[in-house]
Amino acid sequence: MSEIDPAAIAEQADVPTEPKQASHEVGRARRRKEDARLLTGRTQWTDNIQLPGMLYVQFLRSPMAHARITRVDVEAARQLPGVVAAFSGRDFAAEQGSLPCAWPVSEDIVIPDHPPMAYEEVRYVGEAVACVVATSRYQAADALEAIEVDYEPLPAVLDMNEALTGTSPKVHDQGNQAFTWKFGQGDIDEAFRDAPVVIDRTYVQQRLIPTAMEPRAVVCTTDGQSFTMWSATQIPHILRFLLAATTGIPEHMIRVIAPDVGGGFGSKLQVTAEEVLCLLLARRLGKPVKWTESRSEGNLTVHHGRDQIQHIMIAAEGDGRIRGIKVDLLADMGAYLMLVTPGVPLLGAFMYNGIYKMDAYDFACTGVFTTKMPTDAYRGAGRPEATYALERAIDELAHELKLDPMQVRRLNWIKHEEFPYTTIAGLTYDSGNYEAATDRAMALFGYDKLRAEQADRRDRGDPVQLGLGISTYTEMCGLAPSRVLGSLSYGAGGWEHGSVRMLPTGKVEVVTGSSAHGQGHETAWSQIVADALGVPYEDVSVLHGDTAISHKGMDTYGSRSLVVGGMAVLQACEKVKEKARRLAAHTLECSPDDIEFSQGAFKVKGTSQQKTIQELTLAAFAAHDLPDGMEPRLDADATIDPENFSYPHGTHLCAVEVDTETGQTKIRSYVAVDDVGRVVNPLIVEGQVHGGIAQGIAQALFEEAVYDAEGNLLTSTMADYLLPSAADLPTFVTDRTETPATSNPLGVKGVGEAGTIASTPAVVNAVVDALRPQGVHDIQMPCTPERVWRALQ
Amino acid sequence: MIPAQFDYVRPTSVQEASQALAGDDDAKVIAGGQSLLPLLRLRLTYPTLLVDVGRLSELQGVHDRGDHVFIGAAVTHDEVVRSGVIRDACPLVALAAATVADPAVRHRGTFGGSLAHADPAGDLPAVALALDAILVTSEREIPASEFFVDYLESAMHPGEILVGIKVPKLGPGWGFHYEKFHRTAQAWAIVGVAAAVRRSNGSIAEARIGLTNMGSVPVRARETEARLRDLDLGEAVRQACAHAAEDTSPPSDLHAQADYRRHLAQVLTHRAVRAAAGSP
Ligand SMILES: Cc1cc2nc3c(=O)[nH]c(=O)nc-3n(C[C@H](O)[C@H](O)[C@H](O)COP(=O)(O)OP(=O)(O)OC[C@H]3O[C@@H](n4cnc5c(N)ncnc54)[C@H](O)[C@@H]3O)c2cc1C
Repeated sequence: MSEIDPAAIAEQADVPTEPKQASHEVGRARRRKEDARLLTGRTQWTDNIQLPGMLYVQFLRSPMAHARITRVDVEAARQLPGVVAAFSGRDFAAEQGSLPCAWPVSEDIVIPDHPPMAYEEVRYVGEAVACVVATSRYQAADALEAIEVDYEPLPAVLDMNEALTGTSPKVHDQGNQAFTWKFGQGDIDEAFRDAPVVIDRTYVQQRLIPTAMEPRAVVCTTDGQSFTMWSATQIPHILRFLLAATTGIPEHMIRVIAPDVGGGFGSKLQVTAEEVLCLLLARRLGKPVKWTESRSEGNLTVHHGRDQIQHIMIAAEGDGRIRGIKVDLLADMGAYLMLVTPGVPLLGAFMYNGIYKMDAYDFACTGVFTTKMPTDAYRGAGRPEATYALERAIDELAHELKLDPMQVRRLNWIKHEEFPYTTIAGLTYDSGNYEAATDRAMALFGYDKLRAEQADRRDRGDPVQLGLGISTYTEMCGLAPSRVLGSLSYGAGGWEHGSVRMLPTGKVEVVTGSSAHGQGHETAWSQIVADALGVPYEDVSVLHGDTAISHKGMDTYGSRSLVVGGMAVLQACEKVKEKARRLAAHTLECSPDDIEFSQGAFKVKGTSQQKTIQELTLAAFAAHDLPDGMEPRLDADATIDPENFSYPHGTHLCAVEVDTETGQTKIRSYVAVDDVGRVVNPLIVEGQVHGGIAQGIAQALFEEAVYDAEGNLLTSTMADYLLPSAADLPTFVTDRTETPATSNPLGVKGVGEAGTIASTPAVVNAVVDALRPQGVHDIQMPCTPERVWRALQ
Repeated sequence: MIPAQFDYVRPTSVQEASQALAGDDDAKVIAGGQSLLPLLRLRLTYPTLLVDVGRLSELQGVHDRGDHVFIGAAVTHDEVVRSGVIRDACPLVALAAATVADPAVRHRGTFGGSLAHADPAGDLPAVALALDAILVTSEREIPASEFFVDYLESAMHPGEILVGIKVPKLGPGWGFHYEKFHRTAQAWAIVGVAAAVRRSNGSIAEARIGLTNMGSVPVRARETEARLRDLDLGEAVRQACAHAAEDTSPPSDLHAQADYRRHLAQVLTHRAVRAAAGSP
């Protein structure tokens, strides 16, 4: 072996002796580095993965909402061309375990057994009861038709209120109540006693279907001992751990890879039946298997979102000052408790007070089983629901008192000089400036002019009326302090891991435990690392989503990636710099205290002597001359657990035109001013805000999962489950105020869910506002033209 | 979903296509596939053979034939929208075709396929009906008023091929409008109104109105048509249009209840007629 010659390497790799990077990366509107490969298809989605000898899995799904399975015969399917195997649920009964629920929220919680393939009873339309494995996807689908299943029908349970009556048929033997959960602060009875005004409203959060661009897909292969699974998942690390826990296959024998993943919105924050079964099928058959869902299969069986009935009461003074808020929720769990099903409404439990001050708060939630697809996290998870009910009810309060709705908000919100502020729900909001965001939004919107136009249209009896909707919001995100999650009985911590590998040529590989699936981590993390280490942005690459590469992680959801995962990477950079500083001092023969770091170079204070970080990296690699006891590498890891959640906030304003003759609504203008703290990449933030607003508007006006009286999903295709496209949405006017978070060194806050949280109430408030003179106080979401028209009859 | 297995042929003439269809009871014609493929994928239909007529030369082109325009059955929605001949001589067809779905669907879906599919929610059947188009098949000519028999059922028998559509040219003085009411830009019509109106001296001389999705077949709003004859533009037009839903039996489904559709038919007919009459 020839000796390594550092000088030669340095020359070849063009290792800089002067710092290469001067400008600030954090804050630059860089186009995302991942986009070229994602947009041109030069990437790997799970469904693109082809392995020699690959077999294809298709699942036979229950056509009944509730039934006892009396017979499953897969024999005829086994005889069909291309079919390698066919199994009923019973064939896996002994090994498939029960799909995990990681959030047993209360003492009284009922967590029913949830076999990945049902074999005794089915409890929703779409539940898997059998499967076929064949040499092509088409043959597998054909063979499903040859499977015979006999069902003994049981009554469907669809309505939450009815489900809780004593006479209701039961979804599970244990009954239809999944849990009760209560929380209170202050004297709520006192707040309501003789309250000059009480607003008492009930809102319905319709059921939604998260619609990621990429359908779910799973590939699993084995070498006879260990298993590799590719899955379109948000949570490769959690999935690996829970696959082991569910199947008993040792964790170190399972590797999970989330290759490029085309969106999740919470729907891929799950341990699915299909993942568990693909693992078991690969084990049983000793062959690689693949399953890719079709869109209509996905509408049926991707976990659904929202579906709550919210009873909210506000007690207030005659001037609009809020005394207290009382909330009572019914939350539809669907047929089983999946990964965080029961926890979703609780993520809203601390948010029904929003940005407002009050003396008392009371929250209660009952989880209810029905014979529908289980619900679980969907963009915002709990917080859009809370913000919706609150912001709708605040408008009602303003109307009741004949006050301008913004005035009521101003009267009650936490003033900027009052931060940090501990709310009635016990959270400490570290920073915020609601006045600034609101003032900016009002100016951009032209609030007063629009109010004048509204008055004019009302006077003229114009068939097209105008409504103005306000939503102010904050949210707890960036999940987050493990301690707090533990106190809420959450099954895991909220830390995140990051590591920085310094390559001999001075390039940097960053490994993150956050599992990007469309957010642009590779770009944002590169920007952070470029600034922290003073290296060129182009010299950084980011690795993620493979448990063999990124060995520790808590993955991506709850707007946590930047505020937890990004900060872990930043901290790892600090450790790299500390090592480099010691090495620089050693090389330059001074004390580490005499070294100052700036823009990629370690300088001896007051001299021109310096070493660049690339030179030091190479020196560490050669290891010819290191300080005593120093490891021959500058690489570093960090695992951080943030001290607090992050609390982005903002003000969204929406003007809606309502055609009173047809009920058609049209968003005339939309202004969003969000405060997400310091911004790493404005383009990425903009993208998150736009997508979030679109999804929130979709809940307000378009989307609804509908089951019929027998429990069949009527909205199983995109022709029936209406998603808006760009053609249906207005131009969003967006702006930001920047009030840095104090809970992390960059001052950043989460942004992934903000748009979705704020926009839904802004739109519905506007629709209702347009129709107030006609005596309309509420319209059930989605505010379809027909519902609007009926409200006017 | 995943379709079941089928064979596929692409004949080179209508005659060859007819033979292929005659040889297999479970054969089906495919043109743009924009309605048929979803049915196959949902396994709602199981043809053994698909006979692709999409590239047959006899089914192509838009031809000005003096008193009518002949539109080949396989002309795509996009070609319809871009055709100068159609825009000049029977713009209503282009106005309606422009509202079909999105560009991807319009580049594949065909005018003939839309009519043969006989979906009352489709935008073109009501247009063909309002314009008294004549559908030319491999065997005969069928007036639009006899073509649409029931939901997804035309007067064509299995094996018959739609070759083209004769759209009569309406003389000068006619105005047109297609009023589509839908929830998203890509969604199907909850109700649609195709209106052709002839004006003379500030009043409506004659009106023809086809309604989309107001029954199991596209229908004409005959009562309104009759009441609009020789009517001055003004409040009376609204009253005449209040009869638009008479003799219709609109469906109640996920997207709308029947009574709402009736109401919409009245409002939208009024809007369509006014627009076609060139009145703001
Ligand atoms: C997402 C989506 C949205 C849509 N939205 C709309 C909409 O808003 N409005 C609307 O009007 N349409 C809509 N469509 C349907 C579209 O207009 C189709 O183009 C049309 O319905 C069928 O035309 P095609 O050429 O694709 O026919 P195909 O799908 O190929 O065939 C449809 C039926 O017609 C028969 N057929 C086709 N051509 C002939 C022929 N020459 N002779 C005999 N039989 C024939 C076939 O056998 C089949 O039964 C939509 C389609 C999609 C996929």
